[in-house]
Amino acid sequence: MLAAAPIVIQLALGAMALALVLGLLVALARISKSRILRGIALVYVEVMRGTPLLVQLVYIFFVLPAIGVNIDPVPAGILGLGLNYAAYLSEVFRSAILSVEAGQTEAALSLGYTPGKALWKVVLPQSFIVSLGPIGNYFIAMVKDTALTSVIAVTEILKTANIINAQTFETTQVYTAAALLYLLISLPLSRIVSALEKRARIHV
Amino acid sequence: MSDEVIVSVRDVHKTFTVTKTPGMVGRLRGTRKEVNRIEVLKGVDLDVHKGQTVVILGSSGSGKSTLLRCMNKLETIDSGRILVNGHMVGYEERGGKLVDEKASVTAQKRTDLGMVFQQFNLFLNKTALGNVMAPLQDVKKMSRPDAEQHALENLRRVGLLDRKDNYPSKLSGGQKQRVAIARALAMDPSVMLFDEPTSALDPELVEEVLAVIKAIAAQGTTMVIVTHEMQFARDIADIIVVMDQGVIVEKGTPNEVFFKPKHAKTYALLKRSGLAVEPPAA
Ligand SMILES: Nc1ncnc2c1ncn2[C@@H]1O[C@H](COP(=O)(O)OP(=O)(O)O)[C@@H](O)[C@H]1O
Ligand SMILES: [Mg+2]
Repeated sequence: MLAAAPIVIQLALGAMALALVLGLLVALARISKSRILRGIALVYVEVMRGTPLLVQLVYIFFVLPAIGVNIDPVPAGILGLGLNYAAYLSEVFRSAILSVEAGQTEAALSLGYTPGKALWKVVLPQSFIVSLGPIGNYFIAMVKDTALTSVIAVTEILKTANIINAQTFETTQVYTAAALLYLLISLPLSRIVSALEKRARIHV
Repeated sequence: MSDEVIVSVRDVHKTFTVTKTPGMVGRLRGTRKEVNRIEVLKGVDLDVHKGQTVVILGSSGSGKSTLLRCMNKLETIDSGRILVNGHMVGYEERGGKLVDEKASVTAQKRTDLGMVFQQFNLFLNKTALGNVMAPLQDVKKMSRPDAEQHALENLRRVGLLDRKDNYPSKLSGGQKQRVAIARALAMDPSVMLFDEPTSALDPELVEEVLAVIKAIAAQGTTMVIVTHEMQFARDIADIIVVMDQGVIVEKGTPNEVFFKPKHAKTYALLKRSGLAVEPPAA
């Protein structure tokens, strides 16, 4: 079962990377001047948040092949988790960006930054600091949500536990071990997140 | 003082449009959006010559900030022209009309104007030194060592070398404003714009900031300063202009304006700040 732990880490890291990049893009789209971009981004967020992650994973793994898109279990899991969490992270980024005072942008503009550069060099770094805590918490939640990928044949911790249980019928021990393993991964993460949050709060 | 005009403002008009969307009840009643137009600048003319210090006085809401912000296009203008070093900032003229120019061109021209805000607006995630260095690296494309050296020189000008590694949260209001001044100065602008630089400060911190601004003025920097500090205005200004309800109602040397105010508004302003003056001849 311990051997399944790296898969969980891989799923969570891969999906988080995807969610961070896509989440930022969606957040920027939601605050952009273009009505069309704003609309697309809003629909994306509502759909992703309004349907269960489990259904989204099943959709990617079992429905997409019907239109000729076959994705292996692990990449499918990363894609599903990443697309879903991107919606939540986009909201984190959006509110963090809006929380940066307009004066910061005005100061940058007055110093000769273009609007894009002011966003990239002045506003986003500050938003990111504010976002660190929520991002960390979503990362921990995601580690636990990797268990859902067991239904699309990813041999992560829960799936491995199911297999061992079917062979040994040691139900209590097997699932207790599985739960402890998740705890073992997420507890240190929680510690890291609180430390990051504390450091970030010092200046901004 | 030279004849060279750094900032030329000609017949500038500016209207703010405030749309008030009706609340839920109003919407149910079928109330329409309410559009309020306030004309904030009603034909302003002003020349700022090289090396000159122009002080703008006027009661709150008279349009002083808006005028400054129009100079570097933080606000748009409806009509008229503002030239900085002979160029419009933010616009090109097409068939007699003002059209927005490319953002990158505007950004480049804005480096001709340094602006100091009432609320300092230091970058909160950077140290004092980091604040001064950032635009040198990001906008002027200086190398890191060059930017650092230049930033340190400018922090020295405002007397804050010893605070260079402090974040804004660890600086007093007066120190923050001095860093903001150093940051703007370091870009080597043709003119410095100050919008009530001491209005957000505790009284005991006002003097250190005014002293820095005076020192910079003494070095020949061209400046436009909005302030309510009358004594400071009198000491530092070459020209004082008084604004009221979107127009310049009085303009002259400190002696002319302080001792022979022509406009009732100027008189009221001086009197309110405890300065004994003769009322204008009616
Ligand atoms: N962004 C804005 N939207 C609407 N009205 C504004 C805005 N900024 C300023 N005003 C109005 O314009 C007038 C002049 O404001 P301002 O230039 O800030 O005056 P001052 O700096 O002399 O106090 C005021 O009536 C103010 O309420
Ligand atoms: Mg003002």
